[in-house]
Amino acid sequence: MLEYAIKGSKAYCAWMTALLGLIGLGFGVWLWQFNFGLGITGLSRDVSWGFYIAQLTYMVGVAAGGVMVVLPYYLHDYKAFGRITILGEFLAIAALIVCLLSVVVDLGQPMRILNVWLHPTPNSVLFWDTIVLNGYLFLNLVIGWNVLQAERNGTHYPGWVKPLIYLSIPWAISIHTVTAFLYCGLPGRGFWLTAILAPRFLASAFAAGPALLILLCLLIRKVSNFDPGREQIQALAKIVTYAIIINLFFFLCEIFVAFYSQIPEHTTHIKYLFVGLHGHGVLVPWMWASMILMATAAIMLVIPAIRHNEGVLAVACAMLFVGAWIDKGLGLISAGFVPNPLHEVNEYVPTLPELAITLGVYAIGALVLTVLFKMAIGIKEEVRA
Amino acid sequence: MEDSRRNFLKMAGIAALGAGASPVLNAFAAGGGPAATPKTMKGKDILWAKQWGLVIDTRKLTTAEDLKPLIDACHKTHNVPFIDPAIVGHNRHEIKWLWQTGYANAFPDLEARYTHEEVETRPFLVLCNHCENPPCVRACPTKATFKRPDGIVAMDFHRCIGCRFCMAACPFGARSFNYRDPRPFLAETNLAFPTRTKGVVEKCNFCVERLADGLLPACVEASNGALVFGDLEDPASEIREVLRTNYTIRRKVALGTGPAVYYIV
Repeated sequence: MLEYAIKGSKAYCAWMTALLGLIGLGFGVWLWQFNFGLGITGLSRDVSWGFYIAQLTYMVGVAAGGVMVVLPYYLHDYKAFGRITILGEFLAIAALIVCLLSVVVDLGQPMRILNVWLHPTPNSVLFWDTIVLNGYLFLNLVIGWNVLQAERNGTHYPGWVKPLIYLSIPWAISIHTVTAFLYCGLPGRGFWLTAILAPRFLASAFAAGPALLILLCLLIRKVSNFDPGREQIQALAKIVTYAIIINLFFFLCEIFVAFYSQIPEHTTHIKYLFVGLHGHGVLVPWMWASMILMATAAIMLVIPAIRHNEGVLAVACAMLFVGAWIDKGLGLISAGFVPNPLHEVNEYVPTLPELAITLGVYAIGALVLTVLFKMAIGIKEEVRA
Repeated sequence: MEDSRRNFLKMAGIAALGAGASPVLNAFAAGGGPAATPKTMKGKDILWAKQWGLVIDTRKLTTAEDLKPLIDACHKTHNVPFIDPAIVGHNRHEIKWLWQTGYANAFPDLEARYTHEEVETRPFLVLCNHCENPPCVRACPTKATFKRPDGIVAMDFHRCIGCRFCMAACPFGARSFNYRDPRPFLAETNLAFPTRTKGVVEKCNFCVERLADGLLPACVEASNGALVFGDLEDPASEIREVLRTNYTIRRKVALGTGPAVYYIV
C-alpha cells in the first residue's frame, strides 16, 4: 500500500522535500546536542523539563483526540464517521511518533533508553507512559493498516481486529491520563498537584485533536478527489465545541480553587503565568493570547451559524489549536518549575537549537502523516472510482 | 552500585560458560544452602544504620565563611564541578550537592512576616534529605535512584538515562543534572570517587563511599561538631540524644516525604 505515497504531484514532492530538509536540519542539531549534552537547550537546574516534554504532552493530546472519530463509529454506530476513522487513527500514529521522539531528544543518555525496559519499574509513571504510548502506536498501526487494506480489497477486515479496536478506545484515554499522572503525582509541585489535571488534559485533547482533524479534512478536500464529507466535519465541530468549553470550565475550576483558597503553593505558578512574579513574566503575553484564542474560538464554535460556515470554522479551529498549544506546549511544563522548590524565580526560554530539534521532530511527524494520509486517500479515491 | 556490579559479574560468568553453565547452576541448586543465593556482604570497617540522619546546628554555623569548608569538602570529595557563570555566561548548568540558602528559601512554609533578626540573615545548609519515603525513588523509571537498607537515597550514575523525572519529583531542589561534560570544570580530581559523564543526574550521597571505609561524611568531618550524623532508628545513638535535647525542624514535612535532615535553629 505504501506505493501510493511514492508518486504524487509536484507540490507533493516539494512538500516532502521541504520536510526532509527540516528533518535533516533537526537531526544535525540533535547530533550537536548528542555530542555536547542538553546544555545547548535553555533548560537549567531549576527548570529541568521544557519545550521537548511540553511537545510530548501536547501531542499525546492530539493522538488521544483521534479516538473522537473511532468511538462514535464503533460504539455508537455513527456511520458517517466510517469514512474518516482511518484519518483519526493515522493522525494518532503520527502524533505518537512526535511524542516518542520528543522523549528521546529530551534524554541526557539516549543510548541507555532501553534501561526503562531492562529494569522495569512499575512504581514509575514514566515506565507506564512508555508502555501506553508504544502500545497505542502499535494498536493504531495494526488497526489502521488492516482496515485500510480490507477497504482496498473490498472485503471486511479480519475478525481479530475488532477486539483491538475496542481496546484502542480506553487505551486512548489511558495515554493522556498516564501522561497527566507524570506531573500531578509529584509532591511539592503545586501547579500540577491537582486531581483535575488528567480530565483537563483529556478535554483539551478532545478539542485540539479533532480541531486539527477538521483542518486536515478541509485540506484533503482541496488537494484530492476524496471528500471527507460535510456532515463528518460538522459532527467533529460539535465535538470540538463541547470539548473546548469543558476545557475552559476545568481551567476556571483550577483558578477558583487556587485563588479562593489563596494557598501560595497553588497561586504563585498561575500568577507567574498570567501577571508575572517578582518582575519575571516572559510567558505573560503568551498565556493571555492563549486564553483569548481559546475563549474566542469557543464563542465562535458555539454559534451554529458560524460553525456551519466551513471557512470560519477553519479559522476557529486554527485559533483553538494554537491557543491550546500555547497553554500546554509552552506554559504548562515550565510554569510547574517556576518558582522553584526554594521559591526562587529562574525563568526558562527555549534556545534556537532546541527549537530546531523540535521542528525536526514535528517534520518527522508531518512526513509520517503525509505518507499515511496519501496512502489512505489514494485507496479511497480508487475504491470510489 | 555494588549490587549491579555483582549482577554483571554473575551474568558475564554465565555468558562465558555458555551451555556449560547449566550443570554448574544445577549443582548449586542441588547443593542448596547459602551458596545457592548470592548475597551482599558488608566490608569489615563499614558504618551501618537502619536510617542514617543528620542534624545541622545552625547556631554554630552563622556565616558564609562557616559553611564554606563544609561545602568545599563535599564538592572536592565527590568531584562536583564549579561551572563558573562568569565563564559560561549563565548559571543554568550549575551543579551542587551541598549549598547555602536563606531561612525563607529552606523553609518556605515556615516563613514569618516578622522573624528573628539573626535567623533571617543566617545562612542555612541544604542538601538531599535522604527521605524516609523518597518521591525521587518512586519516580525513577530505571531504579538508577534507589533507597539502600541503611536509608541512604543512592544513585547509579551508569544506569541513569537522564530523564530528570527525579528532579521534578524532588520537593527540595536537591538534584543537579549534567547539562554538559563536567570534567573540564574540575580544579582537581579525587581519584577515589567517580567523575560523571554528561547527561546524568547527581546529588548528595551521604558519603556512602566514606561510610564503607568507616569514615563519617566529609561535611560532618569538616563541621567541628556543628553537624551530627547517626542512626535515627537507634535510640542509643548520639543523633537521637541531640534530637531528644534540642528542638529541631525539618523541611516541608507536610509533604510526607520524611526528611532525615534536621535543623536546630
